Amino acid sequence: MTSNALVYLIALPLFGAAVLMLAGRRADRRGHILATVLSGGSFLLGLYEFSQMLSRSSENRAVTQKLFSWISVGSFKVDAGLMLDQLSISFVLLITGVGTLIHIYSIAYMSHDLDRRRFFAYLNLFVAAMLLLVLGDSYLNLYVGWEGVGLASYLLIGFWNQKPTYATAAKKAFVANRVGDLGLSLAIMVAFATLGTVSFSGVKENAGQASTAALTAIGILLLVAATGKSAQLPLQAWLGDAMAGPTPVSALIHAATMVTAGVYLITRSNFIFDAAPIAQLAVAIIGAITLLFGAIIGAAKDDIKKALAASTTSQIGYMVLGAGLGPAGYAFAIMHLLAHGFFKAGLFLGAGSVMHGMNNEVNMRRYGGLRKFMPITFATFGAGYLSILGVPPFAGFYSKDRIIEAAFNAGGVRGVLLGSAALLGAAITAFYMTRVVVMTFAGKARWEEEVHPHESPALMWLPMVLIAFGSTFSGFLFTRGDALRNWLAPVVEPVAAREQELLSPALVSILALLLVVVGAGLAVMKYLRQDVPVVAPEDVSIFTRVARRDLLQDDFNEAVFMRPGQHLTYALVDIDEVIIDGAVRGVGRMATGSAGALRTTQTGFVRSYAMWILLGAIGLIAAIWMVTL
Amino acid sequence: MNPANYLYVSAMLFTIGAIGVVVRRNAIVVFMCIELMLNAANLAFVTFARINGNLDGQVMAFFTMVVAACEVVVGLAIIVTIYRSRRSASVDDASLLRR
Amino acid sequence: MINLALEVGKTPAPEAILFWILAPLVLLAALGMLLAKKAVHSAILMAWVMITLAIFYIAQDALFLGIVQIVVYTGAVMMLFLFILMLVGIDSKDSLTETIRGLRPIAILAAVGFGGLLISLIGRSTLGHDEVGLATANEAGNVPALAQLLFSRYVWAFEVISALLITAALGAMVLAYNHRITSRPTQRELSEMRFRTGSLANAAGLPNPGVFALHDAVDVPALLPDGTPAPNSISATLEARGDIIDSRPFQLGEMEEEK
Repeated sequence: MTSNALVYLIALPLFGAAVLMLAGRRADRRGHILATVLSGGSFLLGLYEFSQMLSRSSENRAVTQKLFSWISVGSFKVDAGLMLDQLSISFVLLITGVGTLIHIYSIAYMSHDLDRRRFFAYLNLFVAAMLLLVLGDSYLNLYVGWEGVGLASYLLIGFWNQKPTYATAAKKAFVANRVGDLGLSLAIMVAFATLGTVSFSGVKENAGQASTAALTAIGILLLVAATGKSAQLPLQAWLGDAMAGPTPVSALIHAATMVTAGVYLITRSNFIFDAAPIAQLAVAIIGAITLLFGAIIGAAKDDIKKALAASTTSQIGYMVLGAGLGPAGYAFAIMHLLAHGFFKAGLFLGAGSVMHGMNNEVNMRRYGGLRKFMPITFATFGAGYLSILGVPPFAGFYSKDRIIEAAFNAGGVRGVLLGSAALLGAAITAFYMTRVVVMTFAGKARWEEEVHPHESPALMWLPMVLIAFGSTFSGFLFTRGDALRNWLAPVVEPVAAREQELLSPALVSILALLLVVVGAGLAVMKYLRQDVPVVAPEDVSIFTRVARRDLLQDDFNEAVFMRPGQHLTYALVDIDEVIIDGAVRGVGRMATGSAGALRTTQTGFVRSYAMWILLGAIGLIAAIWMVTL
Repeated sequence: MNPANYLYVSAMLFTIGAIGVVVRRNAIVVFMCIELMLNAANLAFVTFARINGNLDGQVMAFFTMVVAACEVVVGLAIIVTIYRSRRSASVDDASLLRR
Repeated sequence: MINLALEVGKTPAPEAILFWILAPLVLLAALGMLLAKKAVHSAILMAWVMITLAIFYIAQDALFLGIVQIVVYTGAVMMLFLFILMLVGIDSKDSLTETIRGLRPIAILAAVGFGGLLISLIGRSTLGHDEVGLATANEAGNVPALAQLLFSRYVWAFEVISALLITAALGAMVLAYNHRITSRPTQRELSEMRFRTGSLANAAGLPNPGVFALHDAVDVPALLPDGTPAPNSISATLEARGDIIDSRPFQLGEMEEEK
């Protein structure tokens, strides 16, 4: 199936970005409305495409569109083409749906910002790039979108770049992403070198003929790319700082969509990982470690957005773990991704709403008892909270428990370890999320005199409510008759259910719920029964201190990469100055010296030049004389 | 008489002209010396024409004369222009090429 | 040299006599041209060289070239040289002391080496056949034969050289044309300029040359009231050439004393 309409999915928001950026101040008054309408138009178009897909049979649902022949060098041919299949449409709807809601939310949230137009231009740019990422029909096209979202993320993290720390945070995100991008570009190169093509369909066809080693290399490189974009170990450090951006950005880019691009990449490349077990195991291990890592950091953060950011890292860890479990987990990873898109966006929008009512205060120790002042925010936040905890029937329950279950059933010691990590993560998640909710909405008021908390305007809470519906009901809809699994089946080819299961689904759910109750209970004991000090206590255990320092991830990066890099750079500067510059200057001095010597022959007197001509003539005559001798 | 004698004369005239170009400073004299060299070459052409029994050498000498005439016209115009601006006909004074 | 002497003995033909008389003369004239202090003398000697060469051409069956040599070189080119010499200053002497260190000995050495090599080459060269002579080539007459060649084999070169000639003529015109940037100042403007710039002493204009009633040639500076010559009364060109007659002896007082 081909279609000519796919490009408009991307073109609409891209047009908005172009108009808003090129029109300048003239677009200040109406620009945000244009951006929102265009984003909404893209969503409606996505819905239309979705309905068209539903009307077709399962094998004929994928739609492609060739835009133009992009690169044609020898045997290397890449068309700029788009492909919309069951996996892509899930993302398209998430991106444009949540994206449009967040556009609406931002109209109110950013209403006092002088640069609101620029903000919406970047948001539209992001939506366009993200759509290109999920619609590209080859790794190279995906790469363009991949870089585009990186750029949009950089611009939006540093949106308030008048603050040096925010600009630094943007740079940090950019650099960390660049490491991952290098992995992706190398993966594309290896894929072309070994498989001769970079299109998804081509790679899928040729993957069978390639050696396992090559596929493992591609898989590991793709994993590096995914860790960079999705803030997984060891490239996770940028996400916490990325909270410098405006809160809608955190909700859209750094929770719901962009950071899940790594999961998309792994799922999209399932044919590679399925053929490379080592790479697949690496994916699962990275996911398991990261979900614990993020959860522990989340439990130590007092900044509400940073706590949520750590939670994002942790939740994406679940998705990566799911994707690393192979055909058993792809569908659940995507399901968790979609559910997470809803509940995390809802949580972030809730956090933004709280900050909006609290003079941009982000320290949870300065909150407390806000449920009376912000009932709608509390309700929507609560829906997200229950969902992330995995309380039935909220969305997280359906997706997260399935991932835990799939991990346990991965077989052998591996399954037990991965499953236990996922279970433990669920408990810690319950602890830190309860801590956030309790510190924010319950207990005594701890804010300062001049702060007057109030509910946010309708333009803000309406999207929150809509998203809260998503976090409440989406899981139920996805699992109704295994809807999402069957939907994605043509793309990820699920295996038949295992014969023997280590733990039954019911048992896993009960275990998870028990642990959740324990975790939540601990948090209630610590933060509701006791008073929360306004200033974070210093006499805490070494573990808390390490967790507050993001489990030393920045220190690690600094000690292992930055300092040696700095020293290397200094050394290179010295080498450059002494050896390279020395050589260059030496050549220069040689030229100057020889030129100075030759210069003396240039007297400017015509007669001396004539003399040289005469001497030359003598040389010629002498040569003839000798030859004829 | 051996026509090669004309060639010896031609060689000597040419040498004298070459010395003059290098040694003399008055631009007009330098020009005359150049003319002398051209004429010496013409003498050689004419002699060669006679030795070889065809007129190509004479045609060549004819062309040389025309070129020499052109050269004199332009060269003297340059000398006049330089003299007008520098009040001197010495080739050493026009040594601006160095700076 | 021995060979040369032998040649002299062997050539009784009139051409040989002509050659042996004129060849030393032309060389002497060329040397004189090289050594003459005054450019005018050089030019005269150059004219002599040209005429001699014309005679040589005619003696070698190149009648047309000989005539052209006289008409173009001695007639036109040398006149042009003399004309320019007039313009630049006919009396200007060329200092023969060398200013560029070491140039002259090197030049003479090089030239002698050059000439020696050339002469030795001519002496050693063999033609492979005897002198042919132009009797057959000039059968129809020298001028028609040359014309035949010029307008057939060399017609392309002929056209090119005619273009060169026209270009050179135009180039000379362009070079010699003195472009006036501003309009010539009127008498009124000159007068105003005299009053505005300089002292009032010059306001009446420059003094005329000549000493009243005794010597009023243009190369005699006028005498100022105090008896000193006024240098600005004569042309700067004359002064530069040194062609000034001292006007002091024509002072009135001294004349009287003489009487």
